[in-house]
Amino acid sequence: MSRFAIETVGLNHQFGSQAVVKNLSLQVPKGSIYGFLGPNGAGKTTTIKILLNLLQSPADTVFIFGKELNNNRTACLKQMGSLVEQPAIYAHLTGKENLINRCILLGINKNKASEMLALVGLTDAANKKAGKYSLGMKQRLGIALALIGDPELLLLDEPTNGLDPNGIIEIRNLMLELTSKHGKTILVSSHLLAEIERTATHVGIINKGALLFQGTINELHELSKPSIKIEVDDQAAAVNILSGNGAEILSEESGRIHINYTGKAEMGNYNSLLVKNGVTVYSIGTEKKDLENLFLDITSKG
Amino acid sequence: MRSLYISFISEFYKSRKTLAFWAAIILPLVICGLIAFGYYTSSAKILKYNYPGMMLWFQYSSAALGVMGMLILPFYVMFMAFSVNNIEHKNDTWKTLFSQPLNKFSIYAAKYLYALVLLLLCIFLFAFLTYTSGYLLQFLVPKYTFADYDPAIILSRFYGKLFLASLGILSIQFILSLIWSDFLKPMGIGFIGTIAGIITANVGWKYAFLIPYSAPTLALRAASGTKNGRPEDLPIFTQDIWVSLAYAGVLFVAGYFILSKRNIK
Repeated sequence: MSRFAIETVGLNHQFGSQAVVKNLSLQVPKGSIYGFLGPNGAGKTTTIKILLNLLQSPADTVFIFGKELNNNRTACLKQMGSLVEQPAIYAHLTGKENLINRCILLGINKNKASEMLALVGLTDAANKKAGKYSLGMKQRLGIALALIGDPELLLLDEPTNGLDPNGIIEIRNLMLELTSKHGKTILVSSHLLAEIERTATHVGIINKGALLFQGTINELHELSKPSIKIEVDDQAAAVNILSGNGAEILSEESGRIHINYTGKAEMGNYNSLLVKNGVTVYSIGTEKKDLENLFLDITSKG
Repeated sequence: MRSLYISFISEFYKSRKTLAFWAAIILPLVICGLIAFGYYTSSAKILKYNYPGMMLWFQYSSAALGVMGMLILPFYVMFMAFSVNNIEHKNDTWKTLFSQPLNKFSIYAAKYLYALVLLLLCIFLFAFLTYTSGYLLQFLVPKYTFADYDPAIILSRFYGKLFLASLGILSIQFILSLIWSDFLKPMGIGFIGTIAGIITANVGWKYAFLIPYSAPTLALRAASGTKNGRPEDLPIFTQDIWVSLAYAGVLFVAGYFILSKRNIK
């Protein structure tokens, strides 16, 4: 058996003449929470649809738990639960009926429906038409639908979309519990680095259809070292003082200077140095690179 | 087989609260009810004709058959084929449906089969209600001659033929509704087809039997043509029925290929 829940080998996909996925080689280890990061339109949803065999893929490019997808479609899908884009639910059925319908399709006990409603906190809305649900409730129902078959592998496409902070925390905890207690594997896509960082054990970053980075979260942290942002009254003097003391200036613009973060002690030192030399420091603090800067970093290195 | 069965059950579960399902029951109830009501309230007028049993049954059943076979049936078929597919288009659920561990053919075949069963249910109810309401009228108006003739064979032949004659239309409309998510395209094509079918069948164009939309009208004409002969001898498998069945078979297979080659958006 493969040690990967998902493995793609040089996967390509085109919509007409436009290449949406380019030579993608994903490796999602079993038991991991794999954060699939990328801006909108990067090819995340397309990739997930390929993994579900909704979009055609060439033979021998996609493997689910070591099995080739095209030849073992049903067996592969049996192990997968998914939430793709906005949750697909029947608006004229109640939340509970939506789940029961899924139970019918999966051939499982219908009691599972109530269990899932309780898990995602929709018990009170069980008999309300799903079309009348709020976006957050629909998202929860979508997650319940993905989980109901107790799949080994979950594909969640931006699952916290439309959820309030409480809901986001619940989903996060649910993902952690599923992997740690039940040994599931989760691939979760997002365009927010901060969200992925809190849960993911592994990360893949995709942009314009190509995988720019793939590795553990620690390897990603190595890449996304924070910087120090200092706001001063006299930019030129401050730059002089800082560079004279070994700080690497990353950028300077209208009184705001970014330098490399090397540690708390050094940050304190820079602060007192500036003050001692008569520069007024309005603010000083660390700033994490956002995804865009990280992309630039990774792409420039590649 | 199990895949097909559970997909079929799910189709029923999903649509049991929709108009497409209830229309299959309500349409025959309302139409047969209205006709029976008419025969009850104006019994004096009808009794004047002194129809013998068979003729009375013929008049009575063609009231429903005429309205329904010519117009209501094709439109119900269009609406139902649309509705069975639209439930997935509207809710954007094709992607979830096809990411279930069921083979694609079963999902497709179950949908088609479900549409077929709804049509069968609707037609069966027409036949059944015509039959039972006739005997009910006999009970309410004892002077009627419904009891003199047993129309079971002739009714099942008429409606059986009508069912087979609508399979071609069902398959065309099913594919159109599968491909297009909007209402107007399949309805527009179906509407034009039905009108063309009625006209070509009624003017007796010799190739009318090649147009599936004319099959119900042709079937009805064949039925009324037996007025003088023995109605039990109404041939079911005529040229137009074979054409209808051929359309159904070919389009059913074609629909699956369209679906299996298509990327699910």
